[in-house]
Amino acid sequence: MDAANVIEVRGLVNQFGPQRVHDNLDLDVRRGEVLGVVGGSGTGKSVLLRTIIGLNRRRSGRISVLGVDTEAAGRREAEALLRRWGVLFQDGALFSSLTVAENIAVPMNEHTDLPKDVVREICYLKIGLVGLPADAGAKYPSQLSGGMRKRAGLARALALDPEILFLDEPTAGLDPIGAADFDMLIRDLQQSLGLTVFLVTHDLDTLVSITDRIAVLIDKKCRVGTIHELLQDQHPWIREYFHGPRGRAAMKE
Amino acid sequence: MTPEAGWIEGKHERDALVFNAGGAWSMRELARLVREVRAALPSRAALGGRTRARIDLNRLSFLDSSGAWLVADTKRRLEAMGVATEVVVGRPADRALYDRVEKSLARIGVLKSPARPHPLLAALGNVGKTVIDGGKKGGELLSFFGLSLVLIVRAMSMPWRIHFKAVFKHLETTGLNALPIVGLLNFLIGVVVAFIGAVQLKKFGAEIYTVDLVGVAVLRELGVLITAILIAGRSGSAFTAQIGTMKVNQEIDAMQTIGLNPIEVLVLPRILAMMIALPLLTFYADMMGIAGGAVMCMLALDISLTSFVRTLHEAVELKTFLVGFLKAPFCAYIIALVGCFEGLQVSGSAESVGTRTTMSVVEAVFLVIVFDAFVAITLSILEV
Repeated sequence: MDAANVIEVRGLVNQFGPQRVHDNLDLDVRRGEVLGVVGGSGTGKSVLLRTIIGLNRRRSGRISVLGVDTEAAGRREAEALLRRWGVLFQDGALFSSLTVAENIAVPMNEHTDLPKDVVREICYLKIGLVGLPADAGAKYPSQLSGGMRKRAGLARALALDPEILFLDEPTAGLDPIGAADFDMLIRDLQQSLGLTVFLVTHDLDTLVSITDRIAVLIDKKCRVGTIHELLQDQHPWIREYFHGPRGRAAMKE
Repeated sequence: MTPEAGWIEGKHERDALVFNAGGAWSMRELARLVREVRAALPSRAALGGRTRARIDLNRLSFLDSSGAWLVADTKRRLEAMGVATEVVVGRPADRALYDRVEKSLARIGVLKSPARPHPLLAALGNVGKTVIDGGKKGGELLSFFGLSLVLIVRAMSMPWRIHFKAVFKHLETTGLNALPIVGLLNFLIGVVVAFIGAVQLKKFGAEIYTVDLVGVAVLRELGVLITAILIAGRSGSAFTAQIGTMKVNQEIDAMQTIGLNPIEVLVLPRILAMMIALPLLTFYADMMGIAGGAVMCMLALDISLTSFVRTLHEAVELKTFLVGFLKAPFCAYIIALVGCFEGLQVSGSAESVGTRTTMSVVEAVFLVIVFDAFVAITLSILEV
């Protein structure tokens, strides 16, 4: 495995019933980059993410994350790996019976033996890092707006100071200003915390403003490149995606 | 590649405290680092009048946000002792991270421990809160009862507006599908009542009265009560969970925007179906209970089926059956009303669906038994 790659996917096949979603898909994610994953509906963007983090069993292929083969890893190894990545699901996926601060504390209580007051302090540090006000810590997820829930989910994903951050449509359902703020937050945190970010998105503005490289899922495989390389690509879907009215609007800035 | 473990050492220079930190300061080893750093902090007496400190991070090989928190926390503790502290960060990436962490901590401010009231006071407060909440809920349930009555009357005047398809669907799930379990349980209840009667009455040589006991107990009380409790657990809970989940999914909001009245669409069909199904189930339960009693009488007391039926015919009046049977529609109303009411009270979360479902069953069973006791007492006063 190339030391510069934190995630390597080789020959991945995913199939649900008769429908093959990924066929011999290869993908590398390099350390310290923000990789955007795009594709039309049903091309298996979320499936790819779920497969890498182990929520979806693959038909065949090999995935190694931080040098660990996720299928071959033993329980101990797999658990150690869990500490090294954080995942933000679409709507935050916060535990609804816990307050925001308690949500952020869950991974720490599970994986470390830190004293209670330290856990609390770090919870509030994360709340501050993701730009939530201090009083959000005592609130329940149902009392927060969609944007705040995502920030809280991000804080939970960052609880163990992971090396890789997986984001599933982080800006879906946010207003343009909120979405732009969230983009900047991700970029900012990625730089100051030195994260590698795997970002599934539909949002062209997000792609243009924060990703280093983009992986486009088409024809059950993926094509990776910087935005400028992809602009030259002649594949009809890619052309339509980047040269359509929305693509042009996002590119103008 | 294992990074060098994090460490800290404190030195007391002539006019300043110096802390040298090195290795990897990360979440992985934070628990140990916190202990070591706190141990390295001097007491006020050991400070010896020094008013300056320096935390030197030049030898760090790795720093993450929790490590940066520990540095900031240490600085805060030193400054609380009146020591002006300077943090020297080597690598620019660490500098950016540290600044960011410090800024975030400043924004959050000093955390106050949440005030905990005296446990006795808290218990008292809980009692008060429960009483007030209970009263409030009683009021809400009562007004929901009123609302449902108004809508039922309206539906009766415009029967074509009743959602018959839904009524039949719920009839199937609450009525038809419940037949096996209701039948089996009531059969067993009949067996148990006959068995108790047989054992006790044999002492007086009055075992023939076992038939009276089975007839009266099953027809008047047990048939309807067991069935109502079973249906409250089986279907009342389902009503709450169904309506509650719809509420979580905003389906109820969607209905309102389309101009459908959720009470008319969701609550009325359930109440109607329940009020049809439960009396039918009760009749069926009565029969099964008596069958259970008859079987037990045959096996344990050698009372033949014909003599069982003859004795039953003498012992039981129509009135006995009606007292039990006529309670069924009221129990049905209570169960359906409570189930739907709690479903509509669900707010936002998955947990709330669970809590409300529990409450729905508890309340429905409670109210059914209270209603039954009320009827029994009233009838005994009226000497019916």
